[in-house]
Amino acid sequence: MEPVAQIETLPEPPQESPVIAPGQTFASVTAKISNAVLVDPTPLSWFAAFAVAALLLAMFMGAVTYLLLRGVGIWGINVPVAWGFAIINFVWWIGIGHAGTLISAILHLFHQSWRNAINRFAEAMTLFAVACAGMFPLLHMGRPWLFYWMFPYPSTMQVWPQFRSPLVWDVFAVSTYATVSLLFWFVGLIPDLATYRDRAQRTWVKRLYGVLAMGWRGSARHWKRYESAYLLLAGLATPLVLSVHTVVSFDFAVANMPGWHTTIFPPYFVAGAIYSGFAMVLVLAIPIRAMYNMHALITPRHLENCAKVMLATGLVVAYGYLFEGFAGWYGGNQYEIYMIHNRLVGSYAPFYWSLLTCNLLIPQLLWLRKIRKNVLALFLISIVVLVGMWLERFVIIVTSLHRDFLPSSWGHYTATRWDWAVFIGTLGLFFTLMLLFLRALPMISIAEVKMLLPAAKVEAE
Amino acid sequence: MAHDNTVHPCHAKTAPVQPAAPLDLDRLRRQLAEAQGPRYWRSLEELAATDGFQEMLHREFPRQASVFTGNRRDFISLMGASLAMAGMTACTRQPTELIVPYVKQPEDLLPGRPQFFATSMPLGGYGFPVLVRSDMGRPNKIEGNPDHPASLGGTDLFTQASVLGLYDPDRAQTPTANGEVRGWDEFLQALRARPEVQAGGRGTGLRILTETVTSPTLAFQLQNLLQRYPDAKWHQWEPINRDAARQGSQLAFGRMVDTHYQLDKADVILSLDADFLSSASHPAFLLLARQFGERRKLRGVPLNRLYAVESAMTLTGAKADHRMALRGSDIEAFAQALLSELGKTASAPGAAPGQAAWRAALVADLQQHRGRCVVLAGEQQSPAVHALAHALNAALGNVGATVTYTAPAEAVPVIQADSLRQLVQDMQAGQVSLLMILGGNPVFSAPADVPFQDALGKAGFRVHLSLYADETAALCDWHIPETHYLEAWSDVRSHDGTVGIVQPLIAPLYENRTAHEMLTALSDQVFQAPYDTVKQFWNTQFTTATIGGTDFEHYWRKSLHDGFLAGSAPAPLALTAAANLPAPTAVPQGLEISFRPDASVYDGRFINNGWLQELPRPITHVTWDSAALISVALAKRLNVVSEDIVALNYHGRQIELPVWIQAGQPDDVVTVPLGYGRPRTGRVGTGVGTNTYPLRDSQTPWFGVGLAVSKTGSRRGLAATHDHHSMEGRDLIRTATLAEYQQDPQFAHAKTEAPPPGLSLYTPYSYPGYAWGMAIDINSCIGCNACVVACQAENNIPIVGKAEVERGREMHWLRVDTYYTGNFDDPKPQFQPIPCMQCEDAPCEQVCPVGATVHSSEGLNDMVYNRCVGTRYCSNNCPYKVRRFNFLHYAWLEGTPSLEALQNPDVSVRSRGVMEKCTYCVQRINRTRINAEKDNRQVRDGEMQTACEQACPTRAITFGNIGDRQSRVAQLKSDTRNYGLLEEQGTRPRTTYLAAVGNPNPEIKI
Repeated sequence: MEPVAQIETLPEPPQESPVIAPGQTFASVTAKISNAVLVDPTPLSWFAAFAVAALLLAMFMGAVTYLLLRGVGIWGINVPVAWGFAIINFVWWIGIGHAGTLISAILHLFHQSWRNAINRFAEAMTLFAVACAGMFPLLHMGRPWLFYWMFPYPSTMQVWPQFRSPLVWDVFAVSTYATVSLLFWFVGLIPDLATYRDRAQRTWVKRLYGVLAMGWRGSARHWKRYESAYLLLAGLATPLVLSVHTVVSFDFAVANMPGWHTTIFPPYFVAGAIYSGFAMVLVLAIPIRAMYNMHALITPRHLENCAKVMLATGLVVAYGYLFEGFAGWYGGNQYEIYMIHNRLVGSYAPFYWSLLTCNLLIPQLLWLRKIRKNVLALFLISIVVLVGMWLERFVIIVTSLHRDFLPSSWGHYTATRWDWAVFIGTLGLFFTLMLLFLRALPMISIAEVKMLLPAAKVEAE
Repeated sequence: MAHDNTVHPCHAKTAPVQPAAPLDLDRLRRQLAEAQGPRYWRSLEELAATDGFQEMLHREFPRQASVFTGNRRDFISLMGASLAMAGMTACTRQPTELIVPYVKQPEDLLPGRPQFFATSMPLGGYGFPVLVRSDMGRPNKIEGNPDHPASLGGTDLFTQASVLGLYDPDRAQTPTANGEVRGWDEFLQALRARPEVQAGGRGTGLRILTETVTSPTLAFQLQNLLQRYPDAKWHQWEPINRDAARQGSQLAFGRMVDTHYQLDKADVILSLDADFLSSASHPAFLLLARQFGERRKLRGVPLNRLYAVESAMTLTGAKADHRMALRGSDIEAFAQALLSELGKTASAPGAAPGQAAWRAALVADLQQHRGRCVVLAGEQQSPAVHALAHALNAALGNVGATVTYTAPAEAVPVIQADSLRQLVQDMQAGQVSLLMILGGNPVFSAPADVPFQDALGKAGFRVHLSLYADETAALCDWHIPETHYLEAWSDVRSHDGTVGIVQPLIAPLYENRTAHEMLTALSDQVFQAPYDTVKQFWNTQFTTATIGGTDFEHYWRKSLHDGFLAGSAPAPLALTAAANLPAPTAVPQGLEISFRPDASVYDGRFINNGWLQELPRPITHVTWDSAALISVALAKRLNVVSEDIVALNYHGRQIELPVWIQAGQPDDVVTVPLGYGRPRTGRVGTGVGTNTYPLRDSQTPWFGVGLAVSKTGSRRGLAATHDHHSMEGRDLIRTATLAEYQQDPQFAHAKTEAPPPGLSLYTPYSYPGYAWGMAIDINSCIGCNACVVACQAENNIPIVGKAEVERGREMHWLRVDTYYTGNFDDPKPQFQPIPCMQCEDAPCEQVCPVGATVHSSEGLNDMVYNRCVGTRYCSNNCPYKVRRFNFLHYAWLEGTPSLEALQNPDVSVRSRGVMEKCTYCVQRINRTRINAEKDNRQVRDGEMQTACEQACPTRAITFGNIGDRQSRVAQLKSDTRNYGLLEEQGTRPRTTYLAAVGNPNPEIKI
């Protein structure tokens, strides 16, 4: 017993913050998280944030209405740049949507229990990001009311989608991902919903949570089934984290466009997605923590871990940039060489250089512990990374398209105010959903956080 | 008279832009000098930008005009006025249409089966022979008349676009008196009450102003009228007239003649500013282009060699093996020098312009080809140059061999500038009490020194007949809407003098009248329908002069069917050029202004034609605007870049318009197009371009020295369909000289080769039936754009307007790419028409998520519009960027029902959000295949013609079944010059190109 006790009492390295602040108990965790929704007055900052988000959402609705009335010609797209903001935003949002499932599923499988404090809202973020992302391919279509033609439904005309097209693969990849993510999130919510049901004051609220809690009583049998369902879903979701952005990257890699047609895209896209996803987690976690005073549950340890993931994936992305350039040059294909040249010094070069600054240069600050411990710095760097990842998609799509094979057809692309309205509008949609989530559901997994408590560990023994 | 098509082979930017840094010419020169091999570039800004992107930044980012900076109302009205399709989208309800059967079905009319009628389109006085397709009584497509000696089946862009003019909703629709709607009867009453036309009167004060009249019937009517009213006078004026040629022939022969060239017999051609490969610039364009093109095909006939000495960068100069850019004013001295070097005159005073070595080589070449060369003088040149050209042709023994003369095609040829001046003098003197203007728009187009507009007010009773209520109509008492030629009975001579019958395809859409009716109204005869007028005239001609045939009715019906009176061309004249040519005039140095008929609006009459407006102007690719073309050196001197507005001051008159820097432009010449900036026109033409007539006077109708140019500091965006981009050393247009070709016939494959077939992951297609393919001969393509308009007309392609073109959304399924080769001072544009390549391994097909673009059993990449959801992935993946997308509802016809009748009923209407592209005219393929199947036979080679192929005046495009080894297209594809564009991408294009082979004079080293 002696050595075991020794290991158990081995102090954490002093510089590491704990995953949960000392002094928390089961009751305090439950109270903290459920009171935020059920008892405490909604913070003023929530209202302020919601007002802004709802305003942006209204703009989004307006822009989409106009888009549907007039057609995609209100955007800046043209021939040759037939894809513009819509696809950039799609890839960007899908990328952001990667972090949630990665945190919940992959880190769960790897027993990274620190993730228990952030997985819930990260998953919510995933769902909302996927929702935003999913809208773009639809809005982007010339005739969006025919979107269902992309699905293999039993049509009387017996026409099916054209399965060689990566866009069809996308439909499956994204819809599968959205479904599994939703299920995973919902299954994880069940015990907490039951807690809310039990603690709710008003009858209708009780009933609502009650229905959602699906009769959870917290029996050992429930817990056993819950655990295995959760594990299975985590297992299911894990490959999806890798597959979704791989398939999204096929939209480009399968095409013959110089700047798109490259085999490095799948890993590079996945790394980029996780990169931006973790940046978004930080962008959300830092204000939420402040807004609801969750410092005890979301500790500097979480933030630092996210920063480390960003640093690692950022380096993979950097490797991607490097090898894109190298392959273009080494391949000796004149179109590829021109494409690289055009990125470096062409008319959209400022975008490329900003992208390198945002994604490559500035995040190197994360090597410094001091920066990782600095909440404001983390917040700002995360925003920079999000901007950088957006620029990356801009560079890939617009810079490649605007100058391809025949110089006679070269053109340029300028976003219009409607492009911006739809893009910023989806930010409104995203934050509105996020804020509603904070207001109505347990933002932190009560059941899972409890497992982090020392008390839980004792019971396990 | 219907053409039975089984017998007849013919079936069927205003956004403010910051000024950019001026071009660094010297550096560009150095760069080009250092470049290895042919270097391709598209324009000078582009060239400048290749080593720095500031220029790019300036060009690309300031155009961040949002989609809505344009005027939405204008945009919609533009679309409404000239667009191509019936309003049908998922969002729009289909309009109710009634289908009523014929009570008495007309003979030969089968619903769904088009009929073809022969007629002639008059333009600039000359007839352009055409066959018009009519679907259920609606003319909707123009083709050339292959039997007519002046067309041989080719067409130009004006004839192609004329059908849109018929349905133009902005045409004048009713007679008006001072702007108020009136009836024709009221007009007749008012006219017949005039004292000038009373019985027994002498017609004192009566003046008739026409455009150039070649119509024998109209001339006959006019002569009758002048006999009846001896004091009346007939004047002719057209801004693009042949005064210079007429005066030139007077100088040379003492009489007016028409000059005809046989370029098919000419081994060496010298153009003295004769832009005979532009339809706007030469009345004999169709024939000359055909003859020139046939000698560039390297198929049996030896290559010709073309020297062009010219005052602007023209299509002729682009096709020339040797080109010299001179001021228009210097060309006379150049021609003088040639003549003296041929030993015919004493040497000209002063140094002759241009390089002496170049000229000496030219003279030697001409002398070596005596009787097999030809010298053409430009329609926009001076009388002296025409006279010199006559002398040169005589000196080279070309007369009778490659050059023939006939009496002019005009009924009464006049020097039109004098004729108009005379009329204006009479008007100013108050001698004109009844002026009848039959066609034309003299208020807009009169020379600046002939104050027609002011004098018009002094004429008593003014009547104007024209298609549009234009500037002239506004100043006349009465305006009578003229019939479009597709609604009219008349006749007209083509440039070779052959009489073509103008027969209507449709009853006049509105209350339109022909000039024949107007003249009948002036006479005291019983009112006669124009049909009777024309037929009766020819009946008298038939009996008096024996034209041939058995009886008149038979002769008349045959002529109607054929579209022309066989053998009506005048016989060649035997003439000797006078020895005493005018003494050469010394030309001062300085800046020259040069006026050109515009490639799209001609003299201004086509300003409201959306197809022509949106058509990229040759070489510059500017649409929807006019620009002053200036050279690089002049731009540097003036410190301007393209799109900067300059003030042009000529003889005290000033206009302002944007410049466009054009490589190959002579340094001291500013070339401006005629016809833009019309103050009164329809919805399409309003606000387009700048009027240049105020600068043009009758003394210097085409060019004159003494121009002052100054920068104004403002800018006007010009919408070019492709601008400032270089070929970047890509092997797109493959060229060689004749010597290089003979040495290495495989030269086109030296740099790039297609990968072997069978590398695709997918099973290859097999083609048990037809396998359609196309071969385009770059060597005989002259970049005239006739194919582009033909494609637009055939395939119901909408126009999108200037703002959309600026955003890169033009819809043309077929475009003519232009790249420059050669060095900085002697650029050589090369043309490459780009339709869909119909790839065997088509990148577009593989990426469409819904299978809206699929491979057909005959090898086409079919576009299924109904299935398209508009992801635009296919466009991204198309390396040729031939796909066009309906970003907005371009096919908007609500409110303009006349345009619905224009649409080709065999071609689908495309709604908003749908991708479209060249189909190889699949509707024609289907019709031809069905016809062949009904006869239980294969489609014959040449039976199926695409619209572009059929329109091409030089027959540069060949379409057919590549599965049939004997077909023309298969034979062309086995030529060593045949190559696929971007074939190294493995797309295996069905459209291939025949590399260009030039024929430069080895004596001339550039």
